[in-house]
Amino acid sequence: MTKDFPLYRLHPGQNGIVTRLSAEGLTRRRLLDLGLVVGTVVESIRKSPLGDPIAYGIRGAVIALRKEESSQVFVRAKNS
Amino acid sequence: MGLTRQSFGAASLREKFAISTKSGQKIIALAGNPNTGKSTVFNALTGLNQHTGNWPGKTVLQAQGSFYYLDQEFVLVDLPGTYSLLANSIEEQVARDFICFADPDATVVITDATCLERNLNLVLQVTEITERVIVVVNLLDEARRKKIQVDLGKLEQELGVPVVGTVARSGEGLDDLKQKIYDLAKGRINPKPTMIKYDIRVEECINTIEPLISELHLGRLNTRWLALRLIDGDMTIIEGIEQYLGVNLSDSFKSEVSLEWAKVQVN
Repeated sequence: MTKDFPLYRLHPGQNGIVTRLSAEGLTRRRLLDLGLVVGTVVESIRKSPLGDPIAYGIRGAVIALRKEESSQVFVRAKNS
Repeated sequence: MGLTRQSFGAASLREKFAISTKSGQKIIALAGNPNTGKSTVFNALTGLNQHTGNWPGKTVLQAQGSFYYLDQEFVLVDLPGTYSLLANSIEEQVARDFICFADPDATVVITDATCLERNLNLVLQVTEITERVIVVVNLLDEARRKKIQVDLGKLEQELGVPVVGTVARSGEGLDDLKQKIYDLAKGRINPKPTMIKYDIRVEECINTIEPLISELHLGRLNTRWLALRLIDGDMTIIEGIEQYLGVNLSDSFKSEVSLEWAKVQVN
């Protein structure tokens, strides 16, 4: 199995599958509420002009995450 | 029934939420993710003109209105839109406190048919608190436009609570919704929501904490759900119990809970 990496390193247009969350407490809760559970497919949609936040496609909704949060979500590349 | 309510002070509870009820009125809470059409449903049912708008967070404090269906008067409470009830923000805490402490006769959860999956998180959180839930799949017109079909019967089966499909803007499905609200509030239907089983360590922890909670006699408050929140280390729920139910939790109760909580963390 290929190694996982932080979500923010997913390139726009690429899909990833959530492998784990390193966040704890309220941040973890918030990320789970947004639908980021293990096995979820996430698409990196586009970056804002300064590169942060980044918009992601998560379960049919577009959600912008700051690097602070997206660095605590780990994904592996989805073979497409 | 009336007596039990009186005995744990539901009437004064509702006053704390600024809900004025005459006797015989049924309280219906309206919950849902932001921007799913809660206020549109609210206006359609009550005939009021609560401001609707296509941006999140416009209903910060709850609005209320009333309507009659058949022989029954209902008070409808429009709660702030939230993705979760696990109290990360003021809106979530308002919505959660209302659903668990104001003891509504029914809670209607409005969901967006175009991204249903994302909305089901809140549905599950609500059905963990109360069995008296109706799920509304709104914005069916937009879903049709996007060629999304929702199998309402299957959804009802899987969730274990009544499901109604609506287009609140045009009024489609609202009569069906009123009928279901009526049936639920009158006790003619008794939903049995699908219960989420947690892993064995959490379940064991619930089994030890739940009896401690039962001894506190917190009325209709769901003991399993409360146990889960305590395991979660959610302090806002303790504040809620002390504030709304006027029960002071003893230090020995808190330390027993902490002990159980520590066990789950260690394993």
